[in-house]
Amino acid sequence: MKAKVHVTLKSGVLDPQGKAVGHALESLGFSGVNDVRQGKYIELDLNETDADKARAAVEDMCRQLLANTVIENYSVEIAEG
Amino acid sequence: MPTNAKAAVIVFPGSNCDRDMKVALQAAMGGDVIMHWHGDADLPDVDLIAVPGGFSYGDYLRSGAMAANSPVMQSVVARAGRGVPVLGVCNGFQILTEAGLLPGALMRNAGINFVCKDVTLRIDNAATVFTRQYQEGQVIRIPVAHHDGNYFADDETLDRLEGEGRVAFRYCNPTGAVTREANPNGSRRNIAGILNKTGNVLGMMPHPERLADAALGGTDGKPMFDGLIEAIAA
Repeated sequence: MKAKVHVTLKSGVLDPQGKAVGHALESLGFSGVNDVRQGKYIELDLNETDADKARAAVEDMCRQLLANTVIENYSVEIAEG
Repeated sequence: MPTNAKAAVIVFPGSNCDRDMKVALQAAMGGDVIMHWHGDADLPDVDLIAVPGGFSYGDYLRSGAMAANSPVMQSVVARAGRGVPVLGVCNGFQILTEAGLLPGALMRNAGINFVCKDVTLRIDNAATVFTRQYQEGQVIRIPVAHHDGNYFADDETLDRLEGEGRVAFRYCNPTGAVTREANPNGSRRNIAGILNKTGNVLGMMPHPERLADAALGGTDGKPMFDGLIEAIAA
């Protein structure tokens, strides 16, 4: 199975990179962008064939390494294939 | 001051302040310093552990995240739990937070830029093994060189740190005032260095080892090493 992990900064945590990207978009003439938050996208290819077990394993990976839960949230999407 | 104290500097792939740390410790100890490769979980019995600056694992994923899961770190966490002083500088601070030895996280600098300059720090707690040769309120000059030094923790954690005297250093102006202008990276409450609950683990972004010898242009970092060695030799 494949797992798709999104790691994003918690709301309330300042995102200097997102802010800089927002300013850059503005200077390129893209108006109407209220806010930019930057995160990470991680793809995992797993041996596991059971979706529930795969999700539990990936959530464990997120807590231990893929995300820093002091500042980040994570979401996990499990897909066949 | 020659002592029988033993110190180890942990070396990760991408560490680059490990030798400066060794020189600063040696100058204070008069003895040899063990350079310990991170992949070796079997850490010798030492009185002091230093986690140096640099860019361990190229800052992949998050600064310090990979190094925090190195084989040696379980030993470092265990020793810290037994009261062995652990000093983490710059990337070392990032590693100690990622390893859970210190609360909070070091985020990208608020101004986006890599900051490399001398800053002034106010000693907030001089009653620690790391700061005993400084005075509370003393202002010292120490260099910073980092991209991810923006200390973040939630309000509750910050209040607890302050209430328990666990803020060791704050960024301040040359007269000791803690101001927004004196904050080089956006750290919450101008925090430059914090202690664990038992006071034997210190993480700090500034580099005391870079100003611990007159030949380097200053000695404001030297009392930290002298004090540490004095404390562990006592």
